[in-house]
Amino acid sequence: MITLTHYLVASALLFAIGLVGILTRRNVLMILLSIELIFNAANLAFVAYARAWGDVGGQVVVFFIITVAAAEVTVGLAIAVLLSRQLKTLNADEISLLKW
Amino acid sequence: MSEAVFFYLFTTVMVLAALSVVLNRQPIYSVLSLLLAMFCLAALFVMLGAYFVAALQILLYAGAVLVLFLFVIMLLNLEPEALSRMRLFTLRTAGTLSALVFFLALSKILRSAGQPSTFPNPSPSSGTVESVGRLLFSTYLVPFELTSFLILAAIIGAVTLAKQHPHE
Repeated sequence: MITLTHYLVASALLFAIGLVGILTRRNVLMILLSIELIFNAANLAFVAYARAWGDVGGQVVVFFIITVAAAEVTVGLAIAVLLSRQLKTLNADEISLLKW
Repeated sequence: MSEAVFFYLFTTVMVLAALSVVLNRQPIYSVLSLLLAMFCLAALFVMLGAYFVAALQILLYAGAVLVLFLFVIMLLNLEPEALSRMRLFTLRTAGTLSALVFFLALSKILRSAGQPSTFPNPSPSSGTVESVGRLLFSTYLVPFELTSFLILAAIIGAVTLAKQHPHE
């Protein structure tokens, strides 16, 4: 019998994998991909709760999350293209313009 | 019974694909693995009765976002990450450990949180375009309109950023 908890744990697993990606990869594009994984973990939790409570509102929220993710990727990838064009690197450790 | 089989099947493939996203050295394989994870997630959405959201997931993520990623990766001609061995080891250990602790804490919280005792089968009309659309254009009308501003801002931002500056 599959319950809400199963879906939530799957969502938490996806979130943790995305977190590993953000913490261990240094390439800007890989960090963006890991952020996508985390977005999808949130989507899964929202849809699971939408079914548990019988409320379609959770699915509407997923619609908004997908829109925000698309906007984030557009700007993020534009910044990545700029970084590789001007700084000749995509390594997040080497991009320290704002640090000092 | 069949729900359990499909749940474990899709979740296993999804988690393996997500791990492959994070662990692959080649960004292009990572993007293709993410595509697989998205399809499994869409299947899970269908099992949860969210048909419209599952279609959106495939159309928007697989169709638009990941294609954008593929374009940029092919455009940029990436070299593999070059890090010193010591730094790579520290980074991996610390990242994996903290994510593991986070996952354990999260699943503990999720299990103890107050939840509805029943997990009803989705009603056939709950996730269709009609029901989601009705809610979207009545209760959530203001956020929906604000979304258009967000997308407009993203378009203008992306175009401004990517524009070549001839005087530099």
